[in-house]
Amino acid sequence: MAAAENAPSATEYILHHLTFLSNKAPQGIVDFSVINYDTVFFSVLLAVVFGGSFYLAARTATAGVPGKFQNFVEMMVEFVDNQVRDSFHGTSKLIAPLALTIFCWVFLFNFMDLVPVDLLPAVARGIGLERLKVVPSTDLNATFALSLTVFILIVYYSLRMKGMVGFISELTLQPFNTKNVFAQALLVPVNFILESVTFLARPVSLSLRLFGNLYAGEMIFLLLALLTLSSGFGGLTTVGGWLGLLAQMILGLAWAIFHILVITLQAFIFMVLTIVYLSMAHEHH
Amino acid sequence: MNINLTLIVQMIVFAVLVWFTMTFVWPLILGMMEERSRRIAQGLAAAEQGQQELAQARERADAIVREARERAHQIIDQAQHRANDLVEQAKGAASTEGQRLVAAAHQQIELEATRARESLRREVGQIAVIAASKLLGREIDARTHADLISKLATEI
Repeated sequence: MAAAENAPSATEYILHHLTFLSNKAPQGIVDFSVINYDTVFFSVLLAVVFGGSFYLAARTATAGVPGKFQNFVEMMVEFVDNQVRDSFHGTSKLIAPLALTIFCWVFLFNFMDLVPVDLLPAVARGIGLERLKVVPSTDLNATFALSLTVFILIVYYSLRMKGMVGFISELTLQPFNTKNVFAQALLVPVNFILESVTFLARPVSLSLRLFGNLYAGEMIFLLLALLTLSSGFGGLTTVGGWLGLLAQMILGLAWAIFHILVITLQAFIFMVLTIVYLSMAHEHH
Repeated sequence: MNINLTLIVQMIVFAVLVWFTMTFVWPLILGMMEERSRRIAQGLAAAEQGQQELAQARERADAIVREARERAHQIIDQAQHRANDLVEQAKGAASTEGQRLVAAAHQQIELEATRARESLRREVGQIAVIAASKLLGREIDARTHADLISKLATEI
């Protein structure tokens, strides 16, 4: 919380927290000359945390009595493996590691939401960065990067398993089909529109679901932070200041505890839907 | 909120991370877990086998103990038989020896008695001769009357 004399207004505070640390201000909705340093930094950091710790566990893993961390890693691997076995009936070396990566990485993304909202930005200000957004999954770029990669894999596997003809016929010959060739010709565009929307909605819904949940979660934390925004430490001289502090602590705690469920659930949903989509790409209809 | 270069960078990072997990993490951990299940299965099988062997060994041990007990009984029986035999033999030998000794003593007594009878007879003969010569008042020639004397002696 900033000191009372230079406290930002609520709007300034929230805008500050919703703006990325990027090389320049973006022009329009899509601008590929802009890059969000904070998102890249934290996602790479978390990738290193995940990859490094799991690699270490895999390196030092023994088939004998496992240590605590190895136990945890094995639990994760087994959990993901079971999920994959349940939903995916093909054989693929990629799906299970992909699911594990998504689950852990997204979970770590989301977990950054439980770090107090002002802690890391304050540290950043200390080293001269004017702003910092620490939760990669509140960046559409990060969630879309995940879902687009999954989408590319869906297309790739669909083409590989069904061939170009199979893939196109899947997009055009259902849900409506008839034996009548003429009627079928009329139904093809209808089918194509319906199926294309379904098909394209997958990556969009996948990424927007994650983004929306985490964005909303972060927003709640920001709103709770507003309770003591204007007062700072100076506000503790008034009853209202104390009440605000108390309210922020209790509500923040309650939301954080609830959020543990949300971040895990969102990571899980992302993983399961990825498995399901890739499984559908493998199956013939 | 906009779409920018971060998207591309994130996709690359994601792809690399998935590749890394696929290559260096997943196979190692899964392989290790399979290896462990194999080991556990082996261990269970070995335990099963060990128990079976233990049961067999117990049976064998029981059989050996039973056999040893029987053998011991046999040996004791034999020893008792042998002891009885020895006692019987000793008894037989002792009674034979006793009988022999008794017989020998009887013989000896018989012999002594005979000898005493002979000498008595002889002495009686002589006494008779002396008595007779006293009665007759003259010397009886022992040689001439030897027949008579011995005849007398035998009659005593």
